[in-house]
Amino acid sequence: MSVNKWTAAQVARKVIDNEELFILDVRNQDAFEDWKIEGHKFEYLNIPYFELLDGVEEILPKLPTDKEVLVVCAKEGSSVMVAEMLSDAGREVAYLEGGMKSWSSYLEPIKVADLDNGGELYQFVRIGKGCLSYMVISEGEAAIIDAVRFTDLFIDFAKEKNVEIKHVFDTHLHADHISGGRHIAHETGATYYLPPKDATEVVFDYTALRDGLHVKIGESKIDVNALYSPGHTIGSTSFVIDDQFLLTGDILFIDSIGRPDLAGLAEDWVGDLRETLYKRYRELAEDLVVLPAHFMIIDELNEDGTVAKRLGDLFKENHGLNIEDEAEFRSTVTDNLPPQPNAYEQIRQVNMGKITPDNDEQTEMEIGPNRCAVR
Amino acid sequence: MNITKTLDAKGLACPMPIVKTKKAMDMIQSGEILEVMATDKGALSDITAWVKSGGHTLLEQKTEDDVLYFYIQKA
Repeated sequence: MSVNKWTAAQVARKVIDNEELFILDVRNQDAFEDWKIEGHKFEYLNIPYFELLDGVEEILPKLPTDKEVLVVCAKEGSSVMVAEMLSDAGREVAYLEGGMKSWSSYLEPIKVADLDNGGELYQFVRIGKGCLSYMVISEGEAAIIDAVRFTDLFIDFAKEKNVEIKHVFDTHLHADHISGGRHIAHETGATYYLPPKDATEVVFDYTALRDGLHVKIGESKIDVNALYSPGHTIGSTSFVIDDQFLLTGDILFIDSIGRPDLAGLAEDWVGDLRETLYKRYRELAEDLVVLPAHFMIIDELNEDGTVAKRLGDLFKENHGLNIEDEAEFRSTVTDNLPPQPNAYEQIRQVNMGKITPDNDEQTEMEIGPNRCAVR
Repeated sequence: MNITKTLDAKGLACPMPIVKTKKAMDMIQSGEILEVMATDKGALSDITAWVKSGGHTLLEQKTEDDVLYFYIQKA
């Protein structure tokens, strides 16, 4: 039988289209339990490749013949070996090109909405890592918010849309992934904004992103309004776009809220987080559509693959917005936090410009889930 | 440490370090020691887990100049 090669883009389609898939993950048990390809209708079998060196006969009965089987490993090599063994045993299987490394890097741009006068809002879903970036397009100009490090993808997308990138924002100093923001700005001549309170240690020039900053994209009315909303970090800033969308950064997610400890100051910032979620956001229109910088679980994806929900609905449904007692809230977001993201301290150093790892090292740092939330 | 056999798996990508380690282990006797050198970073967790699953003993593991060294005593 034949061995097929699938790209991360093809697997992402299966996730978004809610298709069935059987994944044979041949990484270590620890790696699998920590982080895997998530899909609504995916089934899994985890057997490390080194337990299959003598043959795959033992696992054949566990592999379905009525649905597609994808073999996955860390980088690709082991999945090719196992896929070939399965093929020799008469099974038709595929392997994931580039393994979990390419899964972690894959970005799918999805249109969230058409704005007035031909404007568009795109969400770039980094499906393997749970990172969300945004591009607002209007009349030949673009603004990018929370870009991940694959700068070419954003620059090429802007070229394809025939727009000039004018403004690049980071809602905060990220700790779970490496920002592409200042590099995009450097290459395109755009202005790069960072909240000054998060930027006290950065070693590059930036424009201060302050509460009330107002930027127009194109000649029309599409505007981007900054709203200071500390709590995940002391500088965390949200954006209201075109009076319709609320980009919450890592403060508020669909099914969870931001954690205040990744810069090491949970006790200090929990009050800010409370103030942002229970006062500042409450003063906003409930019809705003929340667009966060992350998702944590695949259930947070809408049917079209976007991650977006009305603010008013989140006030009703998101547990983190419904903890009346302040002491209980404090304990929820400071005690029993999930493990911190892989290499988060190093990633912060990279985002401050203090260290400059090569591409392989950056990939290595970003392996694993983002873990920016408290549920 | 009395090393019976040395395997140079430097420069090889996953899964080859483990495939070769397994073959080399088949050639030594119970109680003898295999030294493995590898540069693939994934080998660190994979060889450690493979050794454990096979009931062998990882006597020592060290990293020098980006080369991973494993000393495995056969079960």
